[in-house]
Amino acid sequence: MKRRWPKIRLRTIVIHLIAWAVALVWIIPFLGVFSTATRPASEVTFGWWQVNPYHPTLDNFIRALTQPTYSVSKGYLNSLIIAVPGTLVPLFVAALAGYGFSRFSFPMRDYIFLAIVLIMSVPSQMIAIPIFQIMVNLQLVDNQLSLILLHTAWGLPWIILFMRNFFSALPLEVEEAARVDGASDLRIFFRIVLPMAIPAFASAGILQFMWVWNDFFFALILIFNPDKMPATLMVPHLASGQYTTDWGVLTAGSILVLLIPLALYVLLQKYYIRGMIGWTIKG
Amino acid sequence: MGETGAVQRRGLRTFTLFGRRRGGFRLGGHFGPRVRKATFRSVFFAPALLLLLFLVVYPILQTVYLSFMSATGAPTLGNYGAVLSDPETINPNLSWPPPLGTLIHNALWVTIHLPISLLFGLWMALILREVKGSSIVKSAIFLGMVTPMIVGGVILRFLFETGPGIVPSFFDAIGVRSLAVSWLNYRETALLGLIFGSVWLWTGFSLIVYSAGLTTIPQDYFEAAKIDGTPPFRMFFRITLPLLRPMTLVIITMTLLWELKIFDIVYAAAGPTGGTRGSVDVLSLQMFNYFVQGNYNLAAAVATLLTLLTLVATVFLFRRMVRP
Repeated sequence: MKRRWPKIRLRTIVIHLIAWAVALVWIIPFLGVFSTATRPASEVTFGWWQVNPYHPTLDNFIRALTQPTYSVSKGYLNSLIIAVPGTLVPLFVAALAGYGFSRFSFPMRDYIFLAIVLIMSVPSQMIAIPIFQIMVNLQLVDNQLSLILLHTAWGLPWIILFMRNFFSALPLEVEEAARVDGASDLRIFFRIVLPMAIPAFASAGILQFMWVWNDFFFALILIFNPDKMPATLMVPHLASGQYTTDWGVLTAGSILVLLIPLALYVLLQKYYIRGMIGWTIKG
Repeated sequence: MGETGAVQRRGLRTFTLFGRRRGGFRLGGHFGPRVRKATFRSVFFAPALLLLLFLVVYPILQTVYLSFMSATGAPTLGNYGAVLSDPETINPNLSWPPPLGTLIHNALWVTIHLPISLLFGLWMALILREVKGSSIVKSAIFLGMVTPMIVGGVILRFLFETGPGIVPSFFDAIGVRSLAVSWLNYRETALLGLIFGSVWLWTGFSLIVYSAGLTTIPQDYFEAAKIDGTPPFRMFFRITLPLLRPMTLVIITMTLLWELKIFDIVYAAAGPTGGTRGSVDVLSLQMFNYFVQGNYNLAAAVATLLTLLTLVATVFLFRRMVRP
């Protein structure tokens, strides 16, 4: 027994060293972005890792937020205008359909469901051209409503799948009892099922919100007016100039755009992971 | 009423969404309430189906249609011929350095990025079981998954550019002068820089899924194997890996889809044209550039090819999931 003890210790130490070294390597890019964003450009000329001197400043953030044409503050507001309805509407619509798929049977149900699930793998590029033409015809280009509609429809397949799996796992007894008492399907759904589904809404909502907030491609093809652009679309414009890049303002803008999904993840980690795992593994 | 409930629980209802009955009208007397019930129930599906039909299904079909139309509106296969014979898609001169063509670039992304991020995520998930504070390590690695990919692209440029970038400075310090340059400016390094950099962004996914998978394996299995004197590597290949199979399939599929659809990272790191002479161009970016030029038919052909590739990846998952 005594001879095995050091061997185990060594293995434990090595594993800890590896794990923490990997974590360090993974965090270094973020440290670099943070270091560059919070200091004047003159201090990072020879690399952001030169920490002497370190004069913290919010100047870069202020410049990113007040950039004359592509200001991140305007982008923030636009992103919220798109992402809040772009999360709530599909959640509700998909909950209705997901409940229907889990409780009612009708011919072709499983085929329709399979088709909806298959849509999940279709890339955004596949719908881009007709969507652009539809939005031109509806005069919704440069209007955030186009993105709200599009994200609602585009988010539906996986939220339907997620909600259906959630509802399928719910016990039926309460709904049965309500049905015996004469409650209609819709009444059962709104009064009994929806309140039970709040954790599922939290998980699906976070993922959908992040998807909409992080979206770049759809906004790129539908929004051309800088006053209507979401925050992600502002980011590439912050680095003006072909040969010199203003890394201070670019990193500050990046941090600002990253802040919202990061905060959501940190605060609601449990739901986020559950959504991620449920969405992939049970699928 | 109670009996109806029991029947419904077993999913044996016979009415349909549109009020028609399977197997004729033998119970014609009950037709009225059933139609009403079915109409009510269609309320659950109508909003979702309408949105999907108008904003997803119709656009998909329209894109397929456009891909088989010439610019003047005549049916043709020419778009696919033009795309597949374009050196921008597959460069006939397949020699390093890139551009090798968008299709080859996507394929390289799959062959390099998929095994590295999958195996590295698995390995980290395995060793993190024995690490104190593993949740912090996991969160650090998972940061890349939370990052908007457009910001991810900016950070990759930041990492690989001389001056702010730590990668060129690192190679400068260890004396490898050829890599102490702005990686994304050179055709030799740009594509590999982005692919390796995207390992940093994506490994969190396989790590989290594998970690969750490992917690579902009952400890008794390992204890029983230990009592039998099974060596650790054998335990891994005979117990751990087979039980992680569903997770592996999900990770492979989601990673494949991610690699095939890759767009934001390339756009942010190398610009809309895909770097020097298109050395990091990918299918989705190629489609976007045709679209911007107003060449909708070629753009549709590229999009359809891309979709075929993603469908192959998904069907692979479905078939493997169904097989016991």
